[in-house]
Amino acid sequence: MKPIDHAEASSKFIEAKDHLDFHDRRLWDLRKKRDRETESLPEWEELRALASAIKEHTLTHLADYLEQFEANAIRNGAIVHWARDAAEHNQTVCEILGSHGARTLVKAKSMLTDECDMRPFLETRGIEVIETDLGERIQQLDDEPPSHIVVPAVHKLRTDVAAVFSRTLGTDPGNSDVHYLAESQRQTTRPHFLEAEAGMTGANFAIAETGSIVVCTNEGNADLSVHLPKLYIASVGIEKLLPRIEHLGVFVRMLSRNALGSPITQITSHFRAPRPGTEMHIVLVDNGRSERLGMADFWYSLKCIRCGACMNTCPVYRRSGGLSYGATYSGPIGVIIDPTFNLRKYSALPFASTLNGSCTNVCPVKINIHEQIYKWRQVIAERQQLPFVKKEAMQIAGKVLSSPKLYRAAVEAAGAGAEYLPRFMLYNRLNPWGRQREVPEAPAATFRQWYVKNRGKR
Amino acid sequence: MRVALFIPCYVDAFFPEVGIATLELLERLGIEVAYPLDQTCCGQPMANSGCEKDAAATEALFVRNFTGFDYVVGPSGSCVHHVRDHLTAIDQTPEVIAVRARTYELVEFLHDIVKVRDFPWAEFPHSVGLHIGCSTLRALKTAKMSEIAGAAFSKPLQLLSTVRGIRFVTPDRPDECCGFGGTFSVFEEPVSAKMGHDKVTDHHNAGAEYIVSPDMSCLMHQKGCAERLGLPVKFIHIAQILNGDRG
Repeated sequence: MKPIDHAEASSKFIEAKDHLDFHDRRLWDLRKKRDRETESLPEWEELRALASAIKEHTLTHLADYLEQFEANAIRNGAIVHWARDAAEHNQTVCEILGSHGARTLVKAKSMLTDECDMRPFLETRGIEVIETDLGERIQQLDDEPPSHIVVPAVHKLRTDVAAVFSRTLGTDPGNSDVHYLAESQRQTTRPHFLEAEAGMTGANFAIAETGSIVVCTNEGNADLSVHLPKLYIASVGIEKLLPRIEHLGVFVRMLSRNALGSPITQITSHFRAPRPGTEMHIVLVDNGRSERLGMADFWYSLKCIRCGACMNTCPVYRRSGGLSYGATYSGPIGVIIDPTFNLRKYSALPFASTLNGSCTNVCPVKINIHEQIYKWRQVIAERQQLPFVKKEAMQIAGKVLSSPKLYRAAVEAAGAGAEYLPRFMLYNRLNPWGRQREVPEAPAATFRQWYVKNRGKR
Repeated sequence: MRVALFIPCYVDAFFPEVGIATLELLERLGIEVAYPLDQTCCGQPMANSGCEKDAAATEALFVRNFTGFDYVVGPSGSCVHHVRDHLTAIDQTPEVIAVRARTYELVEFLHDIVKVRDFPWAEFPHSVGLHIGCSTLRALKTAKMSEIAGAAFSKPLQLLSTVRGIRFVTPDRPDECCGFGGTFSVFEEPVSAKMGHDKVTDHHNAGAEYIVSPDMSCLMHQKGCAERLGLPVKFIHIAQILNGDRG
């Protein structure tokens, strides 16, 4: 399998200047709004520490809390399923739908169902799946995965949305007014809500103490998906657990502030028990999470609450777009999770970072994201997944830089100049550096040569 | 106080004037400075590329060169960050641990250890934008980071603010990464160059004649970007200004 070429994909993204500028500005704007919100809470850093500690505690007692959650959910009248991996998850959902003869499913946004590739699985089995979140619906209609975990269609201009909607929903192709477009989606989704035989949500949190699912949305689509059909299925990654309802307040205060710079999501729903005459199913999904929990350097990534702030602040993500990562999870959190799914396929992603550390600073649960990126690079090199040219260059650099004699021969070579030096110093052919940048000029003498001449030998 | 001067490989090869300014500045402050002649590099380029094993011999050489000094001081935050936080490819002997703990970036050394607050010989009658490299900012924590709430502080700005005639301009995104990132600059060239172009444009639009930084590697990249764009922005290391360079 060929690794995803992030650099190549980013180059295409950058060529579309209007899109690039909008994408960068829009996400930077979210970052600035986030700063304003977090600065308005004097206890923000305390909340981060608390959120991190709660998640750390939960993950280190995960089996106990999962069993507690299951027992309480069953007591509430829900039916609980366990899925080892994506295939088991999809099969389970398909069987639940099948046992009710359900052929239509309205669903709220869920990264987990994207991770499991659930939609195509169900569609090939004759089940119509309707995404009801506006951004996710745009992406579904355009046959693209979401490019961001909170704002799935953020890489599209409104004119792009107008084109997608005119093609798929029959809207006026010349009208890209956002209210018109949003209302068109609303009106065309409404009949699906009324007719659907099943509804589905993901989960932002699952509370062990109460056995309830908590979903945070801004559109109300999760509630319509749950309350209209007679069958409700929640897909929940096992890392979403929180021990007690009192812990939820910490996270609800942080999630929307950090994600979008708004104090709270419009709606925070607690789904606890099926209404009379309906069924509520909860599918608890592992899909690699237990394995990740066992990785000494990487288990901290399971604390993630999917706020997307690391993506908004990431200067690389903003200039390459989520789709350039070729994975369900993109941006900083993506590049530390994706290699656990497929090391070779995602081996270039941890290098799509300058290690600037802004992601770590905005993370509400204090995941050491940029340090994990650094660690993944070591793992990828150890497992022989570096491109040949890079591996070779590093071996040569390691030899030259560990020998004062070879090093001096390289940097002091008479007339070495720009032809030779950048190649040696920058570890690649001259070309990539010089394509959009001037190459630094080599001076007449190195510092060491100056020192020996002017200060004499020690 | 025995201080060893650590001049990173790229400063040695491309920016000797930065090494000279660093040495002269420390000497001006009455500090006895030695320059170990067999020094090369700290190992960061290999380690940041995932190749810690290829960095081991270079790291061992670094420790051999700089053992026995009270302080090791270098004009480059990312190299100091590597030494302090990532020089782990070799056994952590007492010598290694000591060298790592005693290695300082120039600004933090001047600010925290020597506690210099005044550079009476320095004058820089220009408008400058300050660029603090990400390792210097977020790893060495030399200034307040925009992501973390709290009282404003900046060690580089505090040192520069005593320079006569200097005027500061503030770009829109003062601590957004400029996109150098070591080997990132060549293996992720499209994004790296775009980030660099955006960075120098931001400073230029804010009215900066000069971009000043404690991190010459960022400036090497930014200078290349500004020259290609034809922007009339100049670049200078903080050591040069503090040493009296008038631009």
